Amino acid sequence: MSLTLDSNIPSGPLAGKWEKHKFESKLINPANRRKFEIIVVGTGLAGAAAAATLGELGYKVKAFCFQDSPRRAHSIAAQGGINAAKNYQNDGDSVHRLFYDTIKGGDFRAREANVHRLAEVSVSIIDHCVALGVPFAREYGGLLDNRSFGGAQVSRTFYARGQTGQQLLLGAYSALNRQIAAGSVEMHSRTEMLDLVLIDGHAKGIVTRDLVTGEIKSWAADCVIMATGGYGNVFYLSTNAKGSNVTATYRAHRRGAAFANPCYTQIHPTCIPVAGDHQSKLTLMSESLRNDGRVWVPKKKGDSRPSSQIPEDERDYYLERKYPSFGNLAPRDISSRSAKEVCDEGRGVGPGGLGVYLDFADSIKRLGEDKIRERYGNLFDIYHQITGENAYQMPMRIFPAVHYTMGGLWVDYNLMSNVPGLFVLGEANFSDHGANRLGASALMQGLADGYFVIPYTIGNYLAPAIGKRPSTDHPAFKQTESEVRAQLQRFLSIKGRRSVESFHRELGLLMWDQCGMARSERSLTKALKRIPALREEFWQDAKILGDNESLNTSLEQAGRVADFLEFGELMCLDALARNESCGGHFREEFQTPDGEAQRNDNDYAHVAAWEYQGYGQAPKRHIEPLTYEEVKLATRSYK
Amino acid sequence: MNLHLKVWRQKSAQSEGRLADYEARNIPEDCSFLEMLDLVNEDLLSKGEEPIAFDHDCREGICGMCSLTINGIPHGPSETTTCQLYMRKFKDGQTIYIEPFRVGAFPLLRDLAVNRSAFDRIQQAGGFVSAHVGAAPDGNAILVPKTQADRAMEAAACIGCGACAAACPNASAMLFVGAKVTHLGSLPQGQPERDRRVLAMVRQMDAEGFGNCSNYLECEAVCPAEIPNSVIGQLNRDYASALVKDTL
Ligand SMILES: Cc1cc2nc3c(=O)[nH]c(=O)nc-3n(C[C@H](O)[C@H](O)[C@H](O)COP(=O)(O)OP(=O)(O)OC[C@H]3O[C@@H](n4cnc5c(N)ncnc54)[C@H](O)[C@@H]3O)c2cc1C
Ligand code: SF4
Ligand code: FES
Repeated sequence: MSLTLDSNIPSGPLAGKWEKHKFESKLINPANRRKFEIIVVGTGLAGAAAAATLGELGYKVKAFCFQDSPRRAHSIAAQGGINAAKNYQNDGDSVHRLFYDTIKGGDFRAREANVHRLAEVSVSIIDHCVALGVPFAREYGGLLDNRSFGGAQVSRTFYARGQTGQQLLLGAYSALNRQIAAGSVEMHSRTEMLDLVLIDGHAKGIVTRDLVTGEIKSWAADCVIMATGGYGNVFYLSTNAKGSNVTATYRAHRRGAAFANPCYTQIHPTCIPVAGDHQSKLTLMSESLRNDGRVWVPKKKGDSRPSSQIPEDERDYYLERKYPSFGNLAPRDISSRSAKEVCDEGRGVGPGGLGVYLDFADSIKRLGEDKIRERYGNLFDIYHQITGENAYQMPMRIFPAVHYTMGGLWVDYNLMSNVPGLFVLGEANFSDHGANRLGASALMQGLADGYFVIPYTIGNYLAPAIGKRPSTDHPAFKQTESEVRAQLQRFLSIKGRRSVESFHRELGLLMWDQCGMARSERSLTKALKRIPALREEFWQDAKILGDNESLNTSLEQAGRVADFLEFGELMCLDALARNESCGGHFREEFQTPDGEAQRNDNDYAHVAAWEYQGYGQAPKRHIEPLTYEEVKLATRSYK
Repeated sequence: MNLHLKVWRQKSAQSEGRLADYEARNIPEDCSFLEMLDLVNEDLLSKGEEPIAFDHDCREGICGMCSLTINGIPHGPSETTTCQLYMRKFKDGQTIYIEPFRVGAFPLLRDLAVNRSAFDRIQQAGGFVSAHVGAAPDGNAILVPKTQADRAMEAAACIGCGACAAACPNASAMLFVGAKVTHLGSLPQGQPERDRRVLAMVRQMDAEGFGNCSNYLECEAVCPAEIPNSVIGQLNRDYASALVKDTL
């Protein structure tokens, strides 16, 4: 079967596409909805919203997550906020402006039609979340409050203290709970999807492992929705939760789902730097800090004096120097790369020289410590908890960290992958952010997919498929189950010497060095040589103790790391094949004389979607051209 | 630094548990408590012993997945959660007891991991507003005074970790339940179902075997999300008032 990438974008003017598509989408009458069973893997923002909404519509839903409760999904950690084109502040925002900002922010590598739909439904998301009881920040008059976020020129970001992701997820969790109580959703926590089951080329079920008892089980359905989050942990250190992984999407990829743009990764400029080899994850410090902090490093290489002893004229405020108009507020990718450059020059600060200062001294002098405390008190507290340092008295140290992954499984306008019956939502798909995501847009996309898109588009697949659900007695389930069991057995029988953790760390470091903030043909070729060797070592020498029939965290981790060891290679291949710099993908060979990313619209204004060809075989690159009817491709400039 | 650990090991709910002695050596003080356990686990693995099982995910103090009773206190001496506890809070050579959250309604799964799905079932009983997707009025159609919104947010910050119940001599979950009742009860959107919500959640809380509050306030002291004990007062008032209406 050859792979076809038909985006199924409705015809007609951009602004009318979604309305038209909704009208033309197939409906399923309420009595028939009960006859369909839908599997939802992942109950973060995207999955919980989808499961709750489909349950409410009357479908029979089975939902799965690997944590002990849906309330713990990684979405919970989002701090900053969620965008919506409400224009409550009367500052010139509109659906069109949000659409345009998102396309431009994505460096012109996203589909116009998807992004426009996202901007359209953004307004309904806020209404629905308010109705669910999400306690968004309010003004004294009782109206919803907004702030400007991530360099946007309008105030369109809604927030709930510094815990917006938490409150949105708890809202979706409560909607999910209502459906669980009503009996329309059956929830399976601590249950990990280990494979996708295809029958006649259609996704018709999954195989899972119960993380407490080790039971391997098949589940059949009329279609499968995956909302399993991003793959940032391929770098080992990232701001993602420890459990975030690529297993669900990668295993679906092995079953035929195309993986799109895996090289697009977002590096966030303001994270707390690595303190030592024991470090297990990185913590984000909200970007808002850059409004009042000044970024600098010493002018001299290897200057080990404490910050207080470095005189003003020996400091390099490099962002202000290089980008006089945006200064410390330069976009995420530019700020991150500049930090790397100064550290590469040997001018980094803190342990290992991997950090730059974010200094509040001037703001404290100007506004007073109280004002700074009022604005950022909780962040200064977190910083103090983690580093033991008082940022009111000395500059913070920050460093970029992997934060979000724009790539993911390829989906069409209906959010269906190239495998019929497999839908992919949230960070797990590649759809709306192009090569770079704007701040506060991931929460928006997850909820848009789950609450407002999939409930309409799923009918197009389901309506003609009525009565075609197989039973788990079908040989395809038995076959997949036995493959899953064999792999678990194989892990347990390696009986090597090295911990799975150490393989993950080594892979992560390699990815960071060779396929991180800046990539080159040389670095990628190096990684592409090392990864297969590392993978072989893993299969020869990994040490995984215990058995399958109990709660066995090393066994869980082994599966996820084994997948990262394959996926890392795919990422490097994608980065190598994209001979341009765009958004979160910076190839050293492709930059302007003053060091800015240089896109190549003639040759690379397309989505790259990779088809799996077998273990150890080079995957096949397919392209979906991106056509722009509404916007003109322009070069970003932040000078 | 070097530490003596006494860690609860128990292969499954059915098997016997015991405190095992481990030495944690050369632990940097910038290390978090869970990273210290990671290092101990690497060491155990190299000796051919199965690693200690414990729950965690975000390691940022927000998901509520980490637990642990450290020297008798849920989340130990952390200002918030176990994952946000750093080793500089301990002294070189100190002995540290690490046990699971001990609550009857949280059955043990393995070592330090317990099953807190009782909390999910309490939320399923009534911790929601029945709003249909697509039927909501404009977000600004109903004004919410800032003080009410702030009160709702304060209570909504609960991370569902279970430390309150683990700290309570009665294993009461009233801080947790009060937090949700107060969150939704402070907002106009939560009013229509206010009575049925509190009745259903309390009924489920009792059915799960959580105890009653007799004002020890250990819960408030350990709560990483700073949920104030006033939510328990709110829970009691809402419950009493709903009960009266229910029996009318
Ligand atoms: C620190 C941080 C701050 C952020 N801040 C913001 C912000 O301010 N604004 C913004 O818009 N975005 C922000 N983001 C990004 C945003 O939070 C995420 O992109 C988004 O929440 C992802 O949601 P999701 O539903 O796609 O996936 P997730 O929330 O990651 O959920 C994944 C789900 O899949 C399940 N799962 C995964 N694999 C399996 C498997 N094999 N079997 C069963 N279940 C599985 C998990 O259990 C979980 O339920 C932030 C991200 C980070 C890391
Ligand atoms: S009330 Fe506090 S201690 Fe109890 S579950 Fe919520 S956050 Fe944890
Ligand atoms: S691991 Fe998430 S709160 Fe501790």
